[in-house]
Amino acid sequence: MSSGQRRLDIEEIGGVTVAKFVDKKILDETNIQNIGNQLFALVDEDGRKKIVLDFSIVEYLSSAALGKLITMDKKVKAAKSKLRLCCIRPEIYEVFEITRLNKIFDIKSTQEEALEGI
Amino acid sequence: MPVHEQFEVIIPSDTEAGQAVQERIVSRLESLEYSVRDVFGVRLALEEALVNAIKHGNGLDPDKTVRVNCLIEDDLLRVEIEDQGPGFNMGEVPDPTAEENLERPCGRGIMLIKSFMTNVEYNAKGNRVVLEKKRSPA
Repeated sequence: MSSGQRRLDIEEIGGVTVAKFVDKKILDETNIQNIGNQLFALVDEDGRKKIVLDFSIVEYLSSAALGKLITMDKKVKAAKSKLRLCCIRPEIYEVFEITRLNKIFDIKSTQEEALEGI
Repeated sequence: MPVHEQFEVIIPSDTEAGQAVQERIVSRLESLEYSVRDVFGVRLALEEALVNAIKHGNGLDPDKTVRVNCLIEDDLLRVEIEDQGPGFNMGEVPDPTAEENLERPCGRGIMLIKSFMTNVEYNAKGNRVVLEKKRSPA
């Protein structure tokens, strides 16, 4: 895991890495930088092949955070790995819809659905 | 229309200072029982607009400041944010939802501001924005 306080809770479920955000508000630039580094490390350093990002705790998400998710998605695709997002609150999902990023990401309602068949 | 809050602050080009102003405004809206959805939209729009002013407008230059003027009435929030940067041409901001731009990691801030606020106006130079949010009906 990259430097900076841990911003993701990681667990392995059936060969799938489930990364849960620990922050309710993903707004602060420094925090977003740390989150990005820790996300990218899952692919670049750990070589994980199946990743689910769990947004259960997340109440706010800025466009800078969306940028990190896009970069993460690119890394995952380049590594021929799989990425799914889950448990996104309606207000946050609206942000994905407005920006059309719901077309880029594979988004599921629950962690169970995200784990199924990944 | 009674005025519940009115202030003006000058903050440094520092995102923490921007967060403090954001928190001040959002807390006041919550105390006035603006809806959860309104508060969500305002917080997001303020975050985007303040980061734009601090990072893109002022280039994080410690010698530059951002002026924030806030007015909160029963049914209306009005926030004016002005940076000391060179401004920008709105016409040159690419559409982040266009196919060719979807995978760019940046460029969504203004779109989100306009999506969540009732009215958004930039001055001609592009270094001042006025955000207005009308309280949503109960």
